[in-house]
Order: sequence, then C-alpha cells, then structure tokens
Amino acid sequence: MTLEAYADTIIPGEKRDPTDRAVAGAVSGGGAVASGAVELMLSPEGGLAGTLDSLAEGLNEHARDYGARLGLDLDPAVPPFVALAFTDRITLAQELLAPGHPEQELWVALAMFTTMAWDTGAHMSTTDALASGHPGLTTMGFMPPEPDGSWRFPRFSYGRALAATHPRTTPRGDPQ
Amino acid sequence: MTAHERTDVLVIGSGFGGAIPAYHLAAGGASVVVLERGPWLSADEFDHDFKFGSSSTRAFEFTMGEGMNVLGGNCVGGGSVVYFAAMPRAPRFVFERQGSLGRRMWPKSITREALDPWYDRVAQALPITQSTWDDVTYSGGVFAAACDHAGRTANPVAAAIDTDLCTNCNWMMSGCKFDAKRSLLLNYLPAAVDHGAQIRPLHEVQRIERSSEGAYLVHYTVVDPVDYRVQVDVGVIEAKIVVVAAGAAATPVILQRSEETLGAMPPAVGRYFSGNGERLNTAILNEDRVRDVLGLDRGDGLAYAANQIGRGPSAASWDRLDGSLPEFSRYSLEQLYFPPGFGTILAQAPDADGPSWFGPDKKEILRRWQSWLTIFIMSEDDNEGVFGPPPETGNADRISMQMLSRGNLRYEPTANTRHGWALADADIRDIMERDGLSRVLPWTNEVIGAYTVHPLASCRMGDDPETSALDDTNELRDHPGIFVTDGSAVPGALTVNPAFTIAAIAERAVPNIVRAAQARGVDVRYRGSLPPPARISRKAPVPLTGRDGQPVTVPSV
Repeated sequence: MTLEAYADTIIPGEKRDPTDRAVAGAVSGGGAVASGAVELMLSPEGGLAGTLDSLAEGLNEHARDYGARLGLDLDPAVPPFVALAFTDRITLAQELLAPGHPEQELWVALAMFTTMAWDTGAHMSTTDALASGHPGLTTMGFMPPEPDGSWRFPRFSYGRALAATHPRTTPRGDPQ
Repeated sequence: MTAHERTDVLVIGSGFGGAIPAYHLAAGGASVVVLERGPWLSADEFDHDFKFGSSSTRAFEFTMGEGMNVLGGNCVGGGSVVYFAAMPRAPRFVFERQGSLGRRMWPKSITREALDPWYDRVAQALPITQSTWDDVTYSGGVFAAACDHAGRTANPVAAAIDTDLCTNCNWMMSGCKFDAKRSLLLNYLPAAVDHGAQIRPLHEVQRIERSSEGAYLVHYTVVDPVDYRVQVDVGVIEAKIVVVAAGAAATPVILQRSEETLGAMPPAVGRYFSGNGERLNTAILNEDRVRDVLGLDRGDGLAYAANQIGRGPSAASWDRLDGSLPEFSRYSLEQLYFPPGFGTILAQAPDADGPSWFGPDKKEILRRWQSWLTIFIMSEDDNEGVFGPPPETGNADRISMQMLSRGNLRYEPTANTRHGWALADADIRDIMERDGLSRVLPWTNEVIGAYTVHPLASCRMGDDPETSALDDTNELRDHPGIFVTDGSAVPGALTVNPAFTIAAIAERAVPNIVRAAQARGVDVRYRGSLPPPARISRKAPVPLTGRDGQPVTVPSV
C-alpha cells in the first residue's frame, strides 16, 4: 500500500474504487499504480524486490517525521505515508528526491521504476500491454503495432526541404 | 573451464573499437579471440518490446554514476547494435581543441585531414549514406522547419542505415530486427569470423596480467545469459597482443583493476572522462502553431504528433560548429528520439505548479507525448569525469538482472561545461519557442546528474604522458602490446555523434597493432581490405553453461 502511494505520487491516477486509500485520486485517468508500478518493482528481473520492505518502512518513517513536524494527525488505520494528503505526499517526495538528500538515490530508483511502469509497462509484453489498454502507454498515445506485432510507419517524412543547409557542409554532407 | 588457452590477439569488446581490429588482424593471418561481456543477438532476436528480458534490456546497459550516467551497448556489436547510426565526421576545429589543458589535446599527428582517409574506409565498409530531405522524419522535419523559421540552417544527418529496409519503427535502441541499421553484425564481425576469429559472448574480462614470457594473461568470467549478476565460469587466455575496447565506461576499469598484476597505469587511465557535452531538451509542440507558423501538414489532418515515428536523429543544426567561436561555446543541436523507459523521467513540465519532473503536471505533459520533440545537445565539456576504485567485478555493481548497474564514475560539470549547456539551452529556446511553436525545458540534472550515450576519453590518446594514457598509435604507455581503440581513446568531446570518429581511429590504429604483433613474432600482415557487406545477421549455436549447470545455446553469426 505504501509503495502504491509513492508510485501514485510520482505519476498520479484516479482511484480504483471509492475506498482506495493508496491512490489519492488527484487526477483523472489511470496512473502508475494502474500501469503496474508495484508489479514492476516486485519483478525478479528488476532487482529491487529484496529492498522493497525496507523502502516502504523508510517511507513510513519519513512520513511519521513529516507528520510530526507539521503537527498532522495521521490516520492510524493505514500506513503513515498513505495517511498523508496528496499535497503532503508531494512535498515529502520533493524532500526525499532533492539533490543532497542522503537517501536521494533510493527514492530516485523507486521513481525510475514507477515511471518505467507508466511509460513502458515493462512487467508485460508491450503488445499485450497495449491490447489490454495499459493506462500509461494508452494515455501517451503510443501507437499500436501491425498485426504481426512489429511497428512500421510507411509514412514518416514531410518529404521536402525544410531549411537551407549549412554553408560549410562538405560535398559528402559532413560539417567542415 | 580451467583451460589456459593461447591466441595471438585477444580483443576485449566487440563494438567499433574491437570489431575493426579483430577483422583486420584475423584477415591478416593472426589468431584472434574476441571476448564480449554481453549476449550475441541477431535480427530475429531483436524485439519490439519493452518487457524486462527482451532485447532492450539484454543488449543495452545503463550505468549510473555520481553525477553522470552512461547508456551504451552490452552485446556483440557493442554500441553499434543499440546506436542510432548518425554518422557525421567531427568538424576540423575539434582536433585543435585545448580544453582546460591550455595546449592541443589531440596528438599532433591527428587532424581532420589526416583522419579523412580512415573515415572514408569506414563509410565504405558499413556503408554510410548521405541523407536527403526525403529521409528526414517528421520529427527531424519539424526541427528543421523551426530552425529555418528562426533564421538558422539545418542539415539532414548522414546515417549508416539502409533506408530501403528501414520501417521507421523507432525501436533502434533494442537492436534492428529488420537489419536496416548497419551495425557491426553486418560487416566487420561476420568478416572477422569468416577469417577465423572467435567471438565469445557473455565473457566479461576482469583483469590482465603479464606472463613470464612477456605475453599477457587475460582473466575473464562467464556470466549467465539471463541474469548477468550470476557468474557461471572463469577462465584465462594468453595473448601476445591485447586490444582493449570495452567502451569508455569499462576500459579504464579493467586497466585499473589490472594495476596489481601489470604494474602502474599511466596517470590518465580513468581520468578526463567526457560525456561528449550531452544534454537533452524536450519541446512540447503546439500542433496548431506547427501548422500555422511552419506550414507543416502530414497529409492526414495532423501537423506533427509523430514523436513515435522514425529512426533516431535525422536532422541537425550545425550553426554553432564554427571554429572561429571560442571553445566551450560550440555545439550541434540534433533532433533525437528517446524512447519510453528512460526517455521520459527527466523531462520537465514547463510552468509546473509544484515538482516539474513528477506529479500531476508531469502527467499532463505525458498526455501530449506524441507532440514531444527531443533536441540533443553535443557540446564541448571539460573532461571532468574521474573513475573511482574499481568494483569487485565488471565495471559496475549490477542492480538488475540486466541493463542497470551502479559504477564508480564521478562527474561534476565545470563552469566551462555549464556555460556551453546554457548557451545551447538558450539557443533551443529561441528556436523552439518562437511564435508559440512549443514550450521547452532541458531534462533535469538534479535527479541523477548528467547523461551520456557517447562516453569518451577515459583512457585518451595524446602527446603528453601526463594527460594521455595512450600514445598516438593507441598503445598504452609503459605497457607495450596493449592497445586501446574504443571511445576511451578519443581525447575529448566531438560536438557531433562520435561512432564514426571512434571507428576511423580504430581503422587508423590497425597498422600500428599489426606492427606490434609482428614485433612479437606473430605472422600477420596488414592487408588493408574492407569487409564485404552482409545482408542479414546470421546465427549459429555456441554452447555455454547456464547458471543451473545445464548447457545453454547462445546465438552467434
């Protein structure tokens, strides 16, 4: 739940159902969680799986500190990071991801996997991801492949000169 | 494997720096073994797929450092398999650069004129074709039109691509499944194999040792073909000549680790790394303005919205490649496709109300991803990179099974480098924001530091032993018989894509390597031939042992 909340802070989405606590529902459309962020973090290929428990623990510890600093009354029914309002999750994430923060590299790695889940759906094949309406690829407008699963774009060029070439271009087309 | 094998020439790495000497030395009669730490893939294994475990993660390596991240190839063919095949020659002024040294950083024997014959050979071998406007993709076209609107020039970029075969799929970074990209799998490497060279994939060289007879012992581990973190075997090969071409992010690390057994390295090994002054800007185009201001129309109701279509860079602005300008103010701007995966995280949302590279505003610009145009800066950085102590194995500590590792490269851009970046950023803004065409911001460096897809100069050539690890024949100082021929030998940033220059320098180095081999009793000649072009990358089984002890099949040409 904590990792879902972090992923939702990086690429937010709409709640999966009205009771959803991890996804804050800050924006419309599916976000990183619906795109498979946690599945990707857990994937054996990614290499992060063994660290996720301690990362979630660390996030909650930072959330507790943050809540204490601001005098927030965090709902004990959910982990502290999940209990934060979306704007507070953003503020805390900015602190953790800022240059100079001693743990920046850890939180960047988690953000990296989150973003990859959104823009590639790398826990599953891309054609399957597109066919199943993967939120990230779909929202980005990633065009689908041809029926054989490969991409081809026969129309790709405006097909005309669009600028004067540099006057010192060599006859072979290189810079002088 | 416990065998102590022998060969005349041992080549470490199979990218441009390794494949070219491997071909010539094998063609000249030497026995040649090439050790490559990545897998050997061919066209039918290059996937259009982002899934972990597909060719995009098998063939590609992302090494995170402190302040600098290196993206490169990790497969037979090296960078040539994952590169975008843009092949301009470096401009003349590059060879006169001084950097912060206060004197010319290139060896005096190398100028553009001196290198042109070697460039010519590479152009013929791959081959490299001069592009026309018909080859320029929509994204290159919109960049060229914006340059023209701003009173600038723009050029179609020469490329090592067979455009008759190219489908403009934009999956080049995963390897070309149509064999349209002229990688080394289609020329130097199969020709080297035809002349008897052995290419061994998944063999990661750890260190070099001197034998009692004055030869070299090259120690390697064999890595598992799925999980590169797992080592399944070790071995040693004795060679009279060693060519180190593991890439500028790995060559100095191997040499550093070898100090204990080889003796002290020249002080420039692992220093003066250059990221080719690279930096990315993301322009988010206003489709209406593209139509109204630039008069562009794809013929299907769209003005642009074609970020996904194409094949890497196809147009560049060379207005600042002007030798009369002061150093650190010269750069090229090139349209680039950066695919999803690592291609969106660092893009920033203009006018963000809160964080710019994540959060709600970032999601908003991602909705317009097809209208993104990426502009690549290649400028004159200051050779700031320094490698720390080598990790236990390889050039970096592996994080993921494939693709992701953490290395010991430190890079803190100097005022000179930042000056060049600021000029280029401002230039891009002037071109791309003119008359409301787009909003543009550079990728943030605050998250993981700078990026390069063209690592250079970590073991560079030169005339001064204090600041160059190699002499002008590419031989490692104080270690006769060891040559370095990859991007690490290039003394500094090139302001253009470097593959062509790396290849030309490797071609130039071959006669020197042949002479050194002859002096060590190897029966080899420099024939000066070029490899015949292959139409397809072939495959054949090579037995290897997997992590479960069972034989696995690794494809080879």
